[in-house]
This record gives sequence, structure tokens and C-alpha cells, in this order.
Amino acid sequence: MSQQSTTRTLRVNGEPQQVAFAVHHSLLEVLREELGLTGTKHGCELGECGTCTVLIDGKPVLSCLELAAECEGRSIETVEGMMQGNELHPLQSCFADLGAAQCGYCTPGILLAAQALLAENDSPTRDQIVEALSGNLCRCTGYHKILEAIEWAAAQLRGDDQYQPPDSAIYGDPLPGKQAADV
Amino acid sequence: MSDTVHADDEEGPVTSDQLRLIGTPFRRVDGRAKVTGQTRFADDLSFPRMVHMKLVRSTVPHAKIVSIDTSKASAMPGVVGLLTGDSMPDPFGILPVSQDEHALCIDKVRFVGDPVVAVAALTEDQAHEAALAVEVEYQSLETIATVEEAIATPEPRIHEYGDEGNLHKKLSMEFGDVDAGFEEADQIFEDVMYFEGNTPLPMEQHATVALTEETDRITVYSSTQTPHYLHRSLAKVLGLPAARIRVIACPNGGGFGGKSDPFNHEICAAKMALALGRPVKICLTREEVFYCHRGRHPVLMKIRTGVKKDGTLTAQHLQTALDGGAYGSYGVASTYYTGALQTVTYDLPKYRFESIRAFTNKAPCGPKRGHGTPQPRFAFEVHLDKIAHQLGIDPAALRMQQLVKPDSITSNWLKVGSMGLGKCIEAVVEGSGWHQRHGKMPEGRGLGLACGSYLSGAGLPIYWNHMPQSGVQLKLDRSGGVALFCGETEIGQGSDSVIAAITAEILGIDLKDIRLCVADTDLTPVDLGSYSSRVTLMAGNAAIEAAERARTLVARGAARKLDVPARELVFADGRVFHGENPDHGISFQEAVVEAESRFGTLGTTGSYTPPRSPGRYRGAGVGPSPAYSYSAAVVEAEVDRETGIYRIEHVWMAHDVGKCINPAMVMGQIEGSVYMGLGEAMMEEQVYRRLPKKRSDALVHKHPSMLEYKSLTFAEMPPVTSYIIEDPDPNGPFGAKEVGQGPLLPMMPAVANAIFDAVGVRIDQVPIAPHMVKQAIEAKEKGKPGRFGPKSFPEIDFGVPLLVPTPAEGGDGKAINIEDAGVRDGTGTMTERKDAVKGDN
Repeated sequence: MSQQSTTRTLRVNGEPQQVAFAVHHSLLEVLREELGLTGTKHGCELGECGTCTVLIDGKPVLSCLELAAECEGRSIETVEGMMQGNELHPLQSCFADLGAAQCGYCTPGILLAAQALLAENDSPTRDQIVEALSGNLCRCTGYHKILEAIEWAAAQLRGDDQYQPPDSAIYGDPLPGKQAADV
Repeated sequence: MSDTVHADDEEGPVTSDQLRLIGTPFRRVDGRAKVTGQTRFADDLSFPRMVHMKLVRSTVPHAKIVSIDTSKASAMPGVVGLLTGDSMPDPFGILPVSQDEHALCIDKVRFVGDPVVAVAALTEDQAHEAALAVEVEYQSLETIATVEEAIATPEPRIHEYGDEGNLHKKLSMEFGDVDAGFEEADQIFEDVMYFEGNTPLPMEQHATVALTEETDRITVYSSTQTPHYLHRSLAKVLGLPAARIRVIACPNGGGFGGKSDPFNHEICAAKMALALGRPVKICLTREEVFYCHRGRHPVLMKIRTGVKKDGTLTAQHLQTALDGGAYGSYGVASTYYTGALQTVTYDLPKYRFESIRAFTNKAPCGPKRGHGTPQPRFAFEVHLDKIAHQLGIDPAALRMQQLVKPDSITSNWLKVGSMGLGKCIEAVVEGSGWHQRHGKMPEGRGLGLACGSYLSGAGLPIYWNHMPQSGVQLKLDRSGGVALFCGETEIGQGSDSVIAAITAEILGIDLKDIRLCVADTDLTPVDLGSYSSRVTLMAGNAAIEAAERARTLVARGAARKLDVPARELVFADGRVFHGENPDHGISFQEAVVEAESRFGTLGTTGSYTPPRSPGRYRGAGVGPSPAYSYSAAVVEAEVDRETGIYRIEHVWMAHDVGKCINPAMVMGQIEGSVYMGLGEAMMEEQVYRRLPKKRSDALVHKHPSMLEYKSLTFAEMPPVTSYIIEDPDPNGPFGAKEVGQGPLLPMMPAVANAIFDAVGVRIDQVPIAPHMVKQAIEAKEKGKPGRFGPKSFPEIDFGVPLLVPTPAEGGDGKAINIEDAGVRDGTGTMTERKDAVKGDN
């Protein structure tokens, strides 16, 4: 395999970075290995699991399938760029508070896919969120908390401070019938 | 009061029932790191001069290694190191009785994916290229693909140890007079069922980084659920004192049982680092993760149950046959687990259990979430549904009328503590409208009910010892901060948050004032690992002990300052104050200063050892737990009769967790278990095919990729109504029991039972594919049994059963026929058996 190297300027999280890398390397490899941005994870390196999702020009892209050499002049956003100063992005804080990140390994990719969705549609329906995230696998959560966290974050981004995630997402559903009467 | 009174006042405060943090949905302590990308998983680490390693894996399923030629590879650009098996001759394995793996194969390979050579190079690309250039010549041996083939093919043996031929383990045990139990029955029901294997599939590919500090001192970072057991295996194979090896388990990107064994790549990375004197990293490809496997054993089962007209169970005879794959792994324990927990849900007064585990030339199976218990639970719960249907009894009522009583001992000598299954069943029955809808919905729509139970930690450690199973150390100082050291491993389940919350609760401080140091064998007290749902209960209890001791020290310091007896002090909101006069107090930090002034440097420890189980027979080591969790599920399915395609419309799940440490995290575990259980019920399978003879005859994984290994996506996940049932167990920290594995168990049988309710056919195996449903419907339409599933269970001589009288029969927990049953010393799971692999390789 060719070990030919190339030097490019990549714009990552708004900051230009001059970086040298093997010309055949994926954006995933360059982000993690050359730029030290290990927040972007990988689960297959074959474009199957969605874990390595980043945003390029605002669109979710599988960084394992994207040649880094073709990313020059495009805007690349990773999970490291989501925080605003020392404050979490609403998606991040909602994920953390609701437990939408368990092992946290699929989380960066899902956060970015969700960010792209919310940038286009600040009030997505449950079906629209499912559609936008159907390429991202998660083995821990059973997906529900992720959906609830995105809905909560969407409300915050719209400025709807009244919105609260359903109590059932946090405490379970109220016990039905006879048992409810016992409580 | 005088000073001297307080100086002698050894009693500290008592932990009150008024909890402030426990039971609330606090943000998990690692939450921020996980949403910002700051969590450092093993593959995120890198060190100066680090090189990259790849493993050359066997391309044939069973063969002698004729020759290994690394000459071309060693001349490749960037290559710095090569290892073959002869450099690491000592075998290893998770269980003392099956030390049957080598870091790299010596003489023989046993499945496609078995590692043969390790190669290190300056870059990952170079290591990959060099690995391709290694030439291994094999002489193929006959392959074994199934349990049936293993029974029919005792030679050649895949391993030179095991109970006979290619049967790794064979066991037979009988609790009570089972024949008499069947005679009491009005009817005997019999089913043969099959549970296909599936794989843990954590999102994170396994990774390890090893680096040396001295010529004979090494640190290994790894994505492992069990750093302590990895530590032991490294010491054994590397031949270094354990004190010179430091294992740090990085947070795991999911485990599900798939990272619970010590692995070849971990040992090879350490060996390579010692050889090169520079850091070595390996990150497995997704394909290799499928070869590491350690997933659900495929199990064929025959279940026979004696039942009275009113539905009372009188006896059960369960036979299981496990397809173990190529190595022992946890397999001996898995074998026992396919029978051990049948008794903890419904009264089963007499019980016979027989099992075999076969070696086959496939990736080794292991302890995936639920470890050996989901398969027989599937069989039992579908079997019960059939019994209920035949007898005309409501399936929920059939279960409710014979629940195991709390604080009782089962026929196989398991001690049950709190038992909330009745409440679980009531919740899902009520919530799903079961009584109004089950059996009464339009054709194609159905409800299915099933239950389950799981351990809150195994009663015994994997190797026999008298030491604690979990330890916690606390360091307090004048800063007011508390450092918490514990060997537990965060695999996503939230164990860091559990021990931090327990400590914060008892000391009355903010979670942010606790600094965690976990899963580091040099710095943290031993915890056996994140397996068997043990951490909340065991590390949680150790944390309680350490925190209460620390609170006593601090209280005694504060008592002198406040002139209040230490036992009357309250720790809350970062303050220490008099319970009767809350204004009379000082800050926690000031109190620590008082204690440090009085006692010097402050530190406490806590440890946890489970209570001794009443069972005294060989095999009684598998099944006991300090506490059992309980779950019940109702699943609603919509089935298309034409195609057999079905959808899960809704799931109601109730889980008895004893007590929530954090309800939001409990919900996450419940929903995650429902998800994974549905995957197993509907689509997940680790299956193999034989290539044609002309094309190598190899036995290969059918689809080692995430695209073809089907698992549920966002789009397939149905709505879930979850009920948290809290029936506190006296053995649990604040009453808490497990939640990480239990709620998975009812899902598979509940799906099968829902399909029956929808279209009247029985699918006696999982995963349930649409063609199975369609074939069963077509068979029924032709007047044949409306069933899809295995036809028969093979004839197996299980030998003379070990006879153990039950508690009801006046037994003492011991077997009464050890000689007749041919039980040999040292064949159990918990003892060293030094000759286990004698002659192997």
C-alpha cells in the first residue's frame, strides 16, 4: 500500500489546521491520529454503524468513508466543537441529564447527527428524529432516552423553557390499577 | 460534656432512611465526559514511540500448524517485532478448570480467527501489510460444527481435556425424588426448544495499549470488563510477579459479557511491549470482534414438566446441550447456568438437570448478558404458556399461583431473599390490559407474557479464595474532598455513579466533591469485575462500609468541636450538625480538619463478601447470589399471516430492582435490556456455514459485519412502558438489586408467546424469522402441528445423577451418592485443576 503523504489545511470546528497524513487515510483516521481529536469514535470502519459520524458543511457524514484529502476547504465539525465556551450544548446536557449516554461510545456520532437535524428542523416529530438517526446504532440504551433527550434539547433550542421530558422516562411509568392505589 | 467522654465515644452516626441523593435522578458522574468526547477509551490513548500490532489469524477451522514463515513479513517496511506461540507456552483461560487458550496458537488452530502470529510495526498500515505477508502452512483436521457432530465425533479431539471425546463438560444432578414428583402429576408436558447463538456486539472494538516502565514492569490499558482476571492471566503467561503488572481498565464502550475474558491480543500486546521496550497498541477490527465473540451459547433443550390439573408444577426434568465453540471460556459455569436458575421464579419441588457442553470449531462462546440463563428461561416460559393454554388456565394466573416465596430456599438450595415477581406480573398484566385483550384480539394480533430472574452477583468468585469480592478505599483530607478508590469497571452501566452516590449519600457531600479512581490494579482495591450484575450490590456494600467508617472518624472529630456525641451528628448538604439542632454544626470540610487534627491522615476501607450459600453439593457454586432480581414482560405483536412478518407493537416491562440508586439509570438498563432481548428474539444470530469441500471445507462465520449481523435500529424499537418495582433486599446496598441483565430474560419467550396469541402457532426457537412463522401457519392449515422448532433432542448418556435431597425432604444441602455419581475431586468450577490441560498441545 502506498505510504505517500500529503499536507492539507483542514478546517475543524472553525479552526484551520495544517496537517500531514497518508494520502489514503480517512477523515476518521486523520481526526483521531493526526489531530488528536479522539472524541470521534469508530465501530466498524466500514460505514455500517454510524459511530464515526461528523458534520461536513453541516451534513452528517461517516468519517470512516470520507477521504481526508477530499475535505480541504470544507467545514468539519466534531463533538469537540459542540460546547459553547465551558457550557454544554443543550443536546449534550440533555443527553447527560437523561442518561441518553450509557457507555457513551456511540454518543458523539449521534449528537452530531441530531445537531444536523435540529439545524434544519427545530421541532422534529418523533418519526423525523427516528429517520434522521436510523443509521446510528446504539447497543446500550434501547434508543428511547436518546429520542427523549433530543426532543428536550430541541425545546431548549427553540427557547421553550417550559418543556420537560416525561416523568416516565426518568421514574418509569406510574404503576397501574391496584398497585397505584396501594402507593 | 467533657472531652474524655467524646474521645471514648466510638459510635458514629447511623445511616438514616431519609435519603437525599439515593433514589433521585442525578446526572451520572461521567455524563459530561461522555457527551463531550473526553472519555478516554482504550483506543483513544497514545504514547510517544508507540507502535501498532496486528494478529495473524487462522484461516482454517481445525488444523495442525505445519510451519510458520515470518521471513517476508520481518523484512517489510516498518516492522519492528514478531511473536509466535512458542514464546508464550503457558496456557490461560478465565476459569481455573479450563486453562486451554494460548496467547498465540502452538501446534494447532481450533477456529477461523484463532491467532497464530503477532506483528508490530511503526504504523498500523505497515503492521497490516506485514501480517498479510506471514505464511502459515496448515494440515487440516476434521471439523466439528454442531453438538450432534461433537457427540458423533469423539476423535480427533479439539482439546485433549474434557469429560469425554469432544464433550467439554457433562453433568447430571437431581434435586429430590423427581420420579415421585412426576407420579404426582396429572399430566406431563414435554418440549424441545432451540436458542441460537448471538454475539455481544459492543460498539467499541476491543483495544489494548501496553507500555513498560522498567525492564520487568509493565502497564496494560485495555477495554476489559475484568481487569483483575486479566491481571492474573498476564502474570501467568508473562511469568512476571503480579506486583510488577498494572492493569487499567479503560471505560468500556459496551461489554455485554464480550470483554469479560482475558484475550490473546491483551497478552500479546504486553509481551510485545516487553520485547520492544516501547508502547504497543492493538485495536481489533470489527471482524475480529466477531471472532473474539464470547457470546450466547447456542443451546438445544428438552424440558419435561409434571403438572397437576390446577396447574401446580410437581417436577421438572431439563436437558440442555450447549455448543461451546473452540475454547472453554466461562463454559463450565455457562453449562451449570443453563439449569441453575429454573427454580427461583416458581415453586419447583423436584428438579432434574442434565447438560453437556460440546467443543466445536467456532469462535468461543461465553457469558453474554444473562449468562446461560436466557436459553432455559425461553424454554420454560414458552413451555408454561403451552401448559396454561392446554389446561385452560390464564398464563398470568398459572404463574401467580406458585411464585417462590420470599426468604425461602429452592429445591436446588438457592436462598431467595426479596421476591417482587408477583408485583411485576400484576403491573404488566394491568398495564397491558391483559385480561381484556389476551386471547380476545382479532386474528393477527396477540399478547404474550413471560418472566425471568437474575443474579445480583455470583455468590462465589471465579477462583477459590477467602478474600472479599469487592473493596473500596476512601481518602479524606483537609480540602474537604474525598478520593474513592475501587477496582470496579465502568462499562456504561453506571457503576462509577453508583459507588460515588452511595459515598456521597453517607458523607452528606456533593457528588462533585468525590474524585474517583477505578479499575487500576496498582492503585485500587480488588473488585472482581463487571460481570454477573455484581457491581451495584458488591462494590455498593463495600462503599457503604468504607463511607460509614469515614463518617465515624469525621463525626468523632466534629463531636469534640461541637460538644455533641458523635452518634447524634447528621451529615447532609456538605455540613455536619446536631440532629436535634441543625443550626449547631460545621461544614464537612471543617469537620474533616478536626478529624485529621485528631487522628492524623484519614483513610478507611470497606469490603464485601457474599453470604455463604446453603448448597453443599458439587456444582452448588453456580447459581447462588446475595439477591435475585425479578422481571415480567408483556409483548404485543402484529403478525401478517401471508408473509409471517411480524412487528412488536408495544412492550410492558416491570422489573424488581429492590431499590433504585438512580431511577433514570435504572430506566436506561431496563430499556436497554428490552432492546437487546428483542434483538435476540427477532434477528440476532452468530451463525456459521461450511464452505464446499472443494473450497477448503472451512467452517466460517456467516456474516462477521455489523451490516449483516442484524440488530435493532431506532426504526425497529417499539414503545416500552416500564414499571420499576422496589422490593428491597436486606443484602443489597439500601436494598438495591441488579437491573443490567434481568429485564432481558423475559423478552424472547414473551415474543414467542405473543405470536402464538396472534396466529395460534408455536415457534420453539429464537431468533424467530418470518419464514418460521409462515411455515408454522402453513403446517397448521394443512392439519399438521402449527409449530416451527427442533424435532428431537439427541440421545445422551449423562451418567448417574448426583442426588441431592431438597430442603422439603429434610436434606442438608449435600449430595448423598458422590461415589455412584462418579464425581471426581477437582472437576468443579471453583477449584484449581492443575492437570486440566496436561498433554494439550
